Amino acid sequence: MRALYGRLRALAVAFGLLLAMAAANAQSFDEALTGFTADSFSDTENAIGAVARSGNARAAQVIAALQDGRLFFDPDGKKVYIKDKDDRLTDAATGEAAGAAPADLRPVRLNNRLRRAVEAALGGLSLFAEDAGRRFDAAQAVFRSRDQAALPALESALAKETDPGVKTALAEARAAVVLNMSGASEADKLAAIPVIRARGDQDSVALLAGLPADTPAAVTKAANDAIASIQSSLAVWSALQNAWYGLSLGSVLLLAAIGLAITFGVMGVINMAHGEMVMLGAYTTFVVQEVIRAYNPGLFGYSVVIAVPLAFAVSGIVGVLVEQGIIRFLYGRPLETLLATWGLSLILQQAVRTAFGPTNRDVGSPSWMSGAFDVGQLTITYNRLWIICFSVAVFVGLLGLLRFTRFGLEMRAVTQNRPMAASMGIRTGRIDALAFGLGSGIAGIAGVALSQIDNVSPNLGQGYIIDSFMVVVFGGVGNLWGTLVGAFALGIANKFLEPYAGAVLGKIAILVLIILFIQKRPRGLFALRGRAVEA
Amino acid sequence: MTGSPLIRALDRVGVTFLVLLAIIAVAVPLGNLLVPPSSPLHVSLYFVSLFGKYVCYAILALAIDLIWGYCGILSLGHGAFFALGGYAMGMYLMRQIGTRGVYANPILPDFMVFLNWKELPFYWHGFQYFGYAALMVVLVPGLLAFVFGWFAFRSRVTGVYLSIITQALTFALMLGFFRNNFGFGGNNGLTDFKDILGFNVQSAETRSALFAISVAMLGLGFYICRAIVSSKLGKVLIAIRDAENRVRFLGYRVESYKLFVFTLSACMAGIAGALYVPQVGIINPSEFAPGNSIEAVIWVAVGGRGTLIGAVLGAILVNYAKTTFTSGPLAPYWLFVLGGLFIAVTLLLPRGIVGTVEHWWKGIGPKTRGNGVAPAGVADPHPAE
Repeated sequence: MRALYGRLRALAVAFGLLLAMAAANAQSFDEALTGFTADSFSDTENAIGAVARSGNARAAQVIAALQDGRLFFDPDGKKVYIKDKDDRLTDAATGEAAGAAPADLRPVRLNNRLRRAVEAALGGLSLFAEDAGRRFDAAQAVFRSRDQAALPALESALAKETDPGVKTALAEARAAVVLNMSGASEADKLAAIPVIRARGDQDSVALLAGLPADTPAAVTKAANDAIASIQSSLAVWSALQNAWYGLSLGSVLLLAAIGLAITFGVMGVINMAHGEMVMLGAYTTFVVQEVIRAYNPGLFGYSVVIAVPLAFAVSGIVGVLVEQGIIRFLYGRPLETLLATWGLSLILQQAVRTAFGPTNRDVGSPSWMSGAFDVGQLTITYNRLWIICFSVAVFVGLLGLLRFTRFGLEMRAVTQNRPMAASMGIRTGRIDALAFGLGSGIAGIAGVALSQIDNVSPNLGQGYIIDSFMVVVFGGVGNLWGTLVGAFALGIANKFLEPYAGAVLGKIAILVLIILFIQKRPRGLFALRGRAVEA
Repeated sequence: MTGSPLIRALDRVGVTFLVLLAIIAVAVPLGNLLVPPSSPLHVSLYFVSLFGKYVCYAILALAIDLIWGYCGILSLGHGAFFALGGYAMGMYLMRQIGTRGVYANPILPDFMVFLNWKELPFYWHGFQYFGYAALMVVLVPGLLAFVFGWFAFRSRVTGVYLSIITQALTFALMLGFFRNNFGFGGNNGLTDFKDILGFNVQSAETRSALFAISVAMLGLGFYICRAIVSSKLGKVLIAIRDAENRVRFLGYRVESYKLFVFTLSACMAGIAGALYVPQVGIINPSEFAPGNSIEAVIWVAVGGRGTLIGAVLGAILVNYAKTTFTSGPLAPYWLFVLGGLFIAVTLLLPRGIVGTVEHWWKGIGPKTRGNGVAPAGVADPHPAE
């Protein structure tokens, strides 16, 4: 009986304490709120801290409102109000609707220092949020702010956390705070360093490099070791990132150059207007999007998909017309075809400039192509990922066309030995026209892809024509694989040289390398062989 | 054929042309300096500079015709050699400004002071002497052409591949010269020249003198090209143009011939650029643009390749048309005209103007003139390519 009585008493005391704490909290919350009514930055700063520490359920709402600029105060009545999105006022302390707005309602002002305090406070409060994502963000915010006042909240959050990802983030945040706290013990700090090292990104390096001056020597040494190891792993990630950019550039070059390789292989002519076919494809995308925006905005997500066959058709038809109108008469004179197609490119550029204006046109990305995701320290954007997949798909499609269709067979025959193909009954004139149309059509599709990552202007083609030439020269025209290898090799080489030499010198270096490469293989990597090939 | 090529070059057509040039070299400066402005025969200073510019372009066209019309090397990057020669002259002119620049630094040009450079880069040393600058005008393009050609011709890169590589060369140079820390003025180029060899660059006398020198250089270049193509070397060049493999199998070192003529052509282009810069007053990296080089080729194509006179004529005609179009209300249509010119000339007029005229003349010739031997130095511009 006495034991029960003793427990009941303990319960009553605890309950009483809780009530007292609640009352005190409520009291301290109210007191904290009045700090906002003084219209002074230092008072507001104290109030923010007090509100956050008060543990009141409404604390998070108040501070969130303050961050959004929705916290107002009445200097006469000493009351604080929250204004929601519909401009309705609620009393900050009680949460009830405030009725009529007081005459002299002023917003609670913030400066940059206060904003940081607000972020830290919100971070601390969000540590206990319902949503795991919000808890994770809160942990990251504390990691960046290293606010010592958040330490007790961190500890209690760590104890209660179940989600492993959030738990790691909380541990890192705690380690960050400990490392920057003068009061923490050396053992604690030494224990914190491996946690930061495991995180392993640029922020960690900054944190470890910026430890306070009173850090013990052992801790500083451990920190420096950790920095070295993080940087070497970051170097690996950086190389991977460059490889990714190189792949992306290579896929763009592949799309742009493969049409050129086909026409050069089949007909032996370099089409200097190839860049303009790419540009026409990009402008087709623009027009399709404009039409969709005007008549059926709901289809915007499909605009790129619709633009692909249209761009193929537009550029392909222009290509066939060019072949029939100009190239056909210059048969056997490749250098003059070069000049004539250059003239054509000037005409096409000026025509587009006259029709659409010389400035960049806006081509938007559908939602499924926007955004990015992270793999380790690598950032992968969706639009480039889609373009890589698209290029590979186009390449595979072309391989199939060449390998499995009658048209592909005839094209290959004409490429390898034109007179013999003609003797076998293949209409070389027709193949020429269709091959040129196909090459230009692919260029048009490349334009659709390029419109997503580059500016759409009449000069779009000029930016890619030299690179396309380099791919064709390097990869050779015997084989589509040559273009693939050439495009990706040039793309990756370009991107790897860039961090060391800069974009311009990188390009120059690539050019010099190609000239030297041509010493060994003058016809490119995958060259056509045989007596039919003119030396 | 008798006599050395130097004499053979002075056939009827050659002599007529040189005499015409001499007349122009004297008449135009006189028309500017001595004839009063009110007279209809007066040549304004604007026209003196304009024609001087055309003459420099004509020298460039000659250089291109030498390698394209007679040797079959279509270089789409000759603007690079032109611009390099221009930059060498520009560097000399910049050093001559001295303390008269905006920042009044006796050694450093304005743009270097602007970029906070403390001393002259090593490659600018020596450009205060005209002799050194003149040497560089010829040496730098020549050396680049030699190295590039050695690599390219040795590995038998021909035809379209070579054209593309020359394009890439000039493109790479353009990218390089646009950089501000390359030390050549960046995207502003070199400008604001004050005087050349002590004479004020802007004055009428200097302009006339530059014009006369340009015309003289054109005549000299024409003579040299004529001499080359009338000689045995020229015969081999034409053979290389028409059937390269066969020439190789006959025992000639094709690479050496090509290298020689390519380097010579680059030096000529460099000289053209050097004469161009003081008359125009500025040199900037857009001279390296691939489009400029391709335009130069079309001058030769319009005039008639394989006939040196055609190159000169084509350069002057096309540039005159360009000036007319771009300085008037027809400016937006210039690119249509230029593009159309490319297409029309290659489709309809493959021999160019002079080439077509010569073709008719030769067609009429054998019936009225007897032995139908073609005049020395003029190749049949109907290549096997």
